[in-house]
Amino acid sequence: MIYSKIRKVLGNIYLVFILIFLYAPIATLVILSFNSSKSRNRWGGFTFDWYGELFKSATIMAAFRNTLVIAFLSALIATIIGTVAALGINNMRKLPKTAVMAVNNIPMLNADIVTGISLMLGFIAFGISLGFKTILISHITFNIPYVILSVMPKLKQTERVTYEAALDLGATPAMAFFKVVFPDIFPGVISGFLLAFTMSLDDFIITHFTKGAGINTISTLVYSEVRRGIKPSLYALSTIIFGTVLILLIVSNIAQNKIKKK
Amino acid sequence: MRESLIDLEHISKSFDGEIVLDDLNLSIKENSFVTLLGPSGCGKTTTLRIIGGFVQADSGKVIFDGKDISNLPPNKRNLNTVFQKYALFPHMSIAENIAFGLKIKNKPKAYIDDKIKYALKLVNLEGFENRNINLLSGGQQQRIAIARAIVNEPKVLLLDEPLGALDLKLRQDMQYELIRLKNELGITFIYVTHDQEEALTMSDTIVVMNQGYIQQMGTPEQIYNEPENAFVADFIGESNIIAATMVQDRLVDIFGAKFACVDEGFGNNKPVDVVIRPEDIDLVEPDKGTLVGTVTHLIFKGVHYEMEVTTQNGYEWLVHSTDMFPVGKEVGISVDPFDIQIMNKPESEDEEAVGVNE
Repeated sequence: MIYSKIRKVLGNIYLVFILIFLYAPIATLVILSFNSSKSRNRWGGFTFDWYGELFKSATIMAAFRNTLVIAFLSALIATIIGTVAALGINNMRKLPKTAVMAVNNIPMLNADIVTGISLMLGFIAFGISLGFKTILISHITFNIPYVILSVMPKLKQTERVTYEAALDLGATPAMAFFKVVFPDIFPGVISGFLLAFTMSLDDFIITHFTKGAGINTISTLVYSEVRRGIKPSLYALSTIIFGTVLILLIVSNIAQNKIKKK
Repeated sequence: MRESLIDLEHISKSFDGEIVLDDLNLSIKENSFVTLLGPSGCGKTTTLRIIGGFVQADSGKVIFDGKDISNLPPNKRNLNTVFQKYALFPHMSIAENIAFGLKIKNKPKAYIDDKIKYALKLVNLEGFENRNINLLSGGQQQRIAIARAIVNEPKVLLLDEPLGALDLKLRQDMQYELIRLKNELGITFIYVTHDQEEALTMSDTIVVMNQGYIQQMGTPEQIYNEPENAFVADFIGESNIIAATMVQDRLVDIFGAKFACVDEGFGNNKPVDVVIRPEDIDLVEPDKGTLVGTVTHLIFKGVHYEMEVTTQNGYEWLVHSTDMFPVGKEVGISVDPFDIQIMNKPESEDEEAVGVNE
């Protein structure tokens, strides 16, 4: 009786400690973004000034736009390519399938710095000038494996026989795919898209190596600004990024729960 | 008037170098209930999938209604399939599932609604239009799958072990249901199963298959009473299969005893296989039997007793009888001439699979 109580209390304390370790730094960042004093250890009152400054800054807003556009486009294109690839892989025989999935997993485990440098070298070797398009291509590249990984389990659940049943009932292969197979794997496609979107928002290292001069995403901008001394408007920016990722995560979780219930 | 609705001509198919079907010929009459019966891996499902268009034969032709449809994709064939795993579309309601084929053919809405009502009534699930597929029992799901297939008014319904996933009681109910459906719709059913009882209950014609060859084709009575080889005899029901010698026409030597039979034309003193069904053996007083043995096992099965009678040479005869003989009792074995089925003895395992095709 008493033991189980102690165990429960200890368990809760442990949980609280973990949460503090995980979120205290982020909470600090969020609080500082509302601090009117520039000092990092004195509270000067609540303010939205840094957020205002953020939106007034042309460089920050340009970086913000770049980040969103690249995240959206790379996620969309990677989702299309990845879904089609998953369909093909799913229809392979067992041995090639295992081999392809292993190849698919390597880029995800590979150190970002290796991926970044090799992409940069690749672009230079083929004479492609670094800029917006190289960032986009790089992001598509590292996003595809994530899409494949989230679509595959859904495809495995979808029995091939429903596709055959649609054909049997007179549907052309294209109709059978869009009316029967696609609705079934749609949750996987969506979560693949969201995963790709966040991975792209999140990326710094690969972007850093493939962006070239004159273009920035938020992460590369923050990096270059930090070297010149941190401005509190960057706390505001980081808070916004954190908020965006958090919202995306919540949305995708809710969406998946809803689909599961259905 | 054509003889047959579907003709399979010289169909061969192998997967990864393994021969599944070898020069198969089969003709299916209009409005019949044909069952392809055999153990797993005998090629029955592949045969059905070739008719449905999901598998292309390596060689040979599929003739449907007088036309060669060998190269036609499944969506262009005027037949529908009921799959073993139902294959309902999980994101659609029952009505949408049933309407799927009709919507593709751009039928008017009123027609589709009528058809859905009619089909649900036919499978005894009236008023189920808007239910969720995932909340139905296995039997109900299979009925919806049947409804979804028949609204398209196919000439042929292909059924791939449709009752395989159901429990015994439901399976028996569904057998009667399928016979009723078949009679009401007046279309051809091609049914695949490994369950001999299902085949015997429902079919007009049974095609027994093994190792990619048709072993025997005939009415349930023919298949059961006059199996053409040991495989068919063994696969359909229980039986005593005994190596014997045909002494002359209408006389066979089993373990040294002469039994009168009704078969002719096997030649004199030829080795043959004899099939005797356990329920066709009469146990009598020892001096009245053709052979004498001792009861060595006795099990009460409800309808009958199952006994094993061991004769002097050590062979254990399986006997079904409503009369009980206790273990240890000496009995005589007697068989009526028309209950003895004589079969040619296969000379090799290969021939066992091929022999009967000719």
